[in-house]
Amino acid sequence: MSAAVRTFDLAESARRKLNQALHEAADGESFEVINPRGAHAVACGITADIDVVVRGSVGYYGAGMHQRGRVLIEGNASTGLAENIMSGEVRITGNATMSAGATGCGGLLVVGGNAGARCGISMKGVDIVVGGNVGHMSAFMAQAGNLVICGDAAADLGDSIYEAQIFVRGEVESLGADCVEKEMRPEHVETVAGLLAAAGEAAHGADPGDFRRYGSARRLYNFTIDDVDAAQAAGRAAGGDRR
Amino acid sequence: MSTTPNGSPGGTPAGDLDPLAADDPQNWHLRESYTFDRNVIAEIRRAANTGIYRIRGWGAKRRMPTLDDLVFLGASMSRYPLEGYREACGTDVVIGEHRAERPVRLQIPVTIAGMSFGSLSAQAKEALGRGASAAGTSTTTGDGGMTMEEREHSSVLVYQYLPSRYGMNPDHLRMADAIEVVVGQGAKPGGGGMLLGQKITERVAEMRTLPTGIDQRSACRHPDWTGPDDLEIKIGELREITDWQVPIYIKVGAARPYYDTALAVKAGADAVVVDGMQGGTAATQDVFIEHVGIPTIAAIPEAVRALRELGVHRREVKLIAAGGFRSGADVAKALALGADAASIGTAALIAIGDNDPAYESEYRELGTSAGYWEDFQAGTDPAGITTQDPELSARLDPVLAGRRLANYLQVLTIETQILARANGKSHVLNLEPEDLAALTVEAAAMAKVPLAGTSWVPGED
Repeated sequence: MSAAVRTFDLAESARRKLNQALHEAADGESFEVINPRGAHAVACGITADIDVVVRGSVGYYGAGMHQRGRVLIEGNASTGLAENIMSGEVRITGNATMSAGATGCGGLLVVGGNAGARCGISMKGVDIVVGGNVGHMSAFMAQAGNLVICGDAAADLGDSIYEAQIFVRGEVESLGADCVEKEMRPEHVETVAGLLAAAGEAAHGADPGDFRRYGSARRLYNFTIDDVDAAQAAGRAAGGDRR
Repeated sequence: MSTTPNGSPGGTPAGDLDPLAADDPQNWHLRESYTFDRNVIAEIRRAANTGIYRIRGWGAKRRMPTLDDLVFLGASMSRYPLEGYREACGTDVVIGEHRAERPVRLQIPVTIAGMSFGSLSAQAKEALGRGASAAGTSTTTGDGGMTMEEREHSSVLVYQYLPSRYGMNPDHLRMADAIEVVVGQGAKPGGGGMLLGQKITERVAEMRTLPTGIDQRSACRHPDWTGPDDLEIKIGELREITDWQVPIYIKVGAARPYYDTALAVKAGADAVVVDGMQGGTAATQDVFIEHVGIPTIAAIPEAVRALRELGVHRREVKLIAAGGFRSGADVAKALALGADAASIGTAALIAIGDNDPAYESEYRELGTSAGYWEDFQAGTDPAGITTQDPELSARLDPVLAGRRLANYLQVLTIETQILARANGKSHVLNLEPEDLAALTVEAAAMAKVPLAGTSWVPGED
C-alpha cells in the first residue's frame, strides 16, 4: 500500500463519512479502516479502482455490491459479505457467516476461514474460494460462476442449481434438489487451479486434483407435462396444455 | 371450442347445442351443478390430462368485497362542496422528503406498479414510461432489472429490489429515483416470480443470467436477509450505496397489513406499498392467485392503523395502495381510507391495449376472447404486451400506447378530483374516512366506516 493511505477510524468517524469518501475516491487511492467493531455496510458500493484494508471484523453487507478495486478484511464478517459483487476482489482472513457472496455477478471473493449457510446463494457469475467449510444450502439456485470449497460442504449443497459449478475437496453432507456430481475433466482442474492460485494463502496449498465437481442435472429447467390428450387418437382437440 | 370466462375450455355434453338453452328450465339434462360447474369440470379434466397445476396471469377473478361496496357521502348542509371544474384541488404527492436528498415528487396520486421486462415486451415497458411521464407520475421496474429503454422514457423510475436479484446492478440502483424492496405482491403473498420458457428469449436470459428457454422460477425469499431486523440493516446498506439520495419503499402483499406495515416502518421505509389480492401478475399458480391474501378494501385501513399508531401517517412514511384499481372512484376511496397514492398495473396494461377487441379473431384462435385473455405467461399475447415475440411486440406502438395511458391517468386524476371537490376538499389527500359509507356489512367491517344510513361500524363499540 502506498504512503498516501487515508485512514478512517470508525470509533471516531461515522460510517457515512467513510463510504462517502470511498464513493468519491479516484482510481489508485488507498484506504485503511480501523476499529470497524462489527459495523454494517462498511466499504459498500465501491466503484473506483482502489485498495481498502479493514483492520477488524465487520457486520452485515461488508463490501456489499463491490464493483471495482480490492477490499481486504482482516477479521470476520457477518451476513452478506460482498453480496452482489460485480467485479474486483474482496478477501477476508477469517470467517463469514450467512450468504457470503450472495447473488454476486462477477469478481472474486476469497474467504480464508469458513463460510456459513447459503454461501454463494443465487450467485450469477462471481468466483468464490472458501479456505474452510461452507454451511447448508450453499450455492442455492446458483446461476453462474464457480464456488470452490477447500473443506467440507454441509447439507443440501447446490439445491435447485442452474449453471454455476461447485468444486469441493472435502466431504459433501448431501446434495440439494437437481444437483449432481459431474466428471472432473482437465479444463475443470485448470479452472480450480487458477482460482486456488488467485486465492493465495487462503487456499492452504490445496491440490486442484483433489476436488470433485458438482452442477445441475437440469431436470428442473422445465415443467414436466404429461400430455395425455396428445397421446390419444388424432383429431381431438387437446383440452390441456394451457399453462 | 366454446370458452368460459376464465378461459378454460368449456362446452356442453351436447356439443354444438346452444348453451343458452341451459337456462331453459325444461332442459333438465343441461342443469349445471353449482359445485361442479363447467369451469370446475374443465379444470379437473385439464389437471388430469397434464399433471401440472394451472399457471396464468392477471389477478384474482373471484367475486370479493371491493371498493365498489363503499360510497362517498358528498357535501350537504354541514359540508361545503368545491365548484366542480374551477376551484383548485391539489393532486401532488411527495415521498421520502424526510430522509432522501431527492424525494419523489408526483403530480398525480396514481403510480404505475412494478412489471418486468420479460413479462412485458420492451415496447410495453416504453409505453408505460411514456404514459406515466406525460401524466407526471412514476413507473416501476420488475424482476430482471432495468432496461435503458424504460429509464430513458420514465421521468420518475422506481427500481425494484427483488428476492431473485435478476439483473440487479448497483449502477441501476444509483440511476433510479426510488428503490422498492419487494417482500411480496398481492397476487401471491409468499410466492416467488415465474417466467416460463417461451418468454425467456436471449435478451431476457442474458439480463437474468439464465439459460434461454427454461421455465424460470424466482426465489420467494431474499437471499441475504431473513426478517425485519435484517431488513433494517439492508435498507441502511441501500441508503449508503445510493448516498442517501433516493427514497426507499417496501412492497408487501396484503397478508397481515397491520403488522407488515408496522415492521416496514421499523425497518426504515419511506413508503409502504400494500398490494391487495386483486393485484395482477404475469404468471402464477391459479390456486395462489385466488386463495392467498386479502382484498384491497380490507388491507388499506389496517395499514393506515399501523401508520397512525406510530405517528407517521401522512408524514414520514407514505402509503401506496394497490390491487384492482380501475377508476377515479377507486383511487379516491383508497385516499379517503388513508392511502397517499394508488398504484395500477392491470388497468395500465388494459389502457395501453391489453385485451383489445381489435384482435378478437386471434384471441378466438387461442381459445379465449378479448376481455377474458389471462394467459400472460404464454408469450402469445395478440396485443404484443405480455410477450417477447418480436412480431407480436412490434404491434404495440409505444408512442400511441403511451398517449392512451396518459389519457387514462388523466381521467383517473380528474375523477378523483371530482369526488374530492364533491366532498369539499381542496386537495385529494384531504379525503377522509368520514366522507365514506359502506353498502354492505362486510365492507363496513373491513373498511371501518359506518354502514350507510347508520352510525354502525361492525367491531367498534
